[in-house]
Amino acid sequence: MHNFTPLRSLSGGVLIGLAASLLALGAGRVAGISGIVGGLYTPGHEGRGWRLQFLAGLLVGALVWLALQPAVFASAGRALPVLAVAGLLVGFGARLGGGCTSGHGVCGLSRLTGRSLVATLVFMGTAAIVVLVTGS
Amino acid sequence: MRRWVPFLSGLLFAIGLGLSGMTDARKVIGFLDFTRQWDASLAFVMAGAIAVHLPLLRRFSVPITDDDGCAVPTPHWFDRRTVIGSAIFGVGWGLAGYCPGPALVSVVSLELPVLVFTVGMLAGAGLFAAWDSRLRSGP
Repeated sequence: MHNFTPLRSLSGGVLIGLAASLLALGAGRVAGISGIVGGLYTPGHEGRGWRLQFLAGLLVGALVWLALQPAVFASAGRALPVLAVAGLLVGFGARLGGGCTSGHGVCGLSRLTGRSLVATLVFMGTAAIVVLVTGS
Repeated sequence: MRRWVPFLSGLLFAIGLGLSGMTDARKVIGFLDFTRQWDASLAFVMAGAIAVHLPLLRRFSVPITDDDGCAVPTPHWFDRRTVIGSAIFGVGWGLAGYCPGPALVSVVSLELPVLVFTVGMLAGAGLFAAWDSRLRSGP
């Protein structure tokens, strides 16, 4: 096993679970990042405010890491055109599929919805196949 | 106090992402690389998040709406959009090692790779919004 960090990853997961719970119980919203961002695209969409507030919180949290431990940010050495295409696929696909790793993988699975289970298995599956083909 | 809920949730979410290892795209690809040197760490992220979120949702049952104002969860198991969209998302995730949350958080590093990915991602979400609204308005 390579670079195994179970405790650190588990702790991060617990914080993500707390964040999702805070938003669900305090505001009645799903902490799915692609949905939060995607909702900003529709003109006159209800609930712009809470989305921008959430993203502001995300930004402040990111700046805390940048100040304290910038090594948490690392890319995988992919070519820029590959990253541009990958970004397009992630942005379009997550919206079409109704969620990403957070919306389906954490929030949806936590409420035991079949749709999120299917989505999570599918995106884990295609991602693993791509890594198998392109190599790490 | 209640008006700070979305901000605090976002803050906690970003702290959690950085701690978890999800903002390290090499680690994400190591996690998706089941057949070679598998790094199972990121399975613990999902496990930890669900271990907290699932019981809290059950303990305090509140009505939750999704981004289209519909109650969640939706009653069906799957539909074409969910399967095709998730498959496309997975391909992009495997190519780059970034999914939406970690990409947005990593933008503060101002490193070119994550900036290029995030611009592509925002454009992809925009493409979807345009395509979807044309479908909804109908011919």
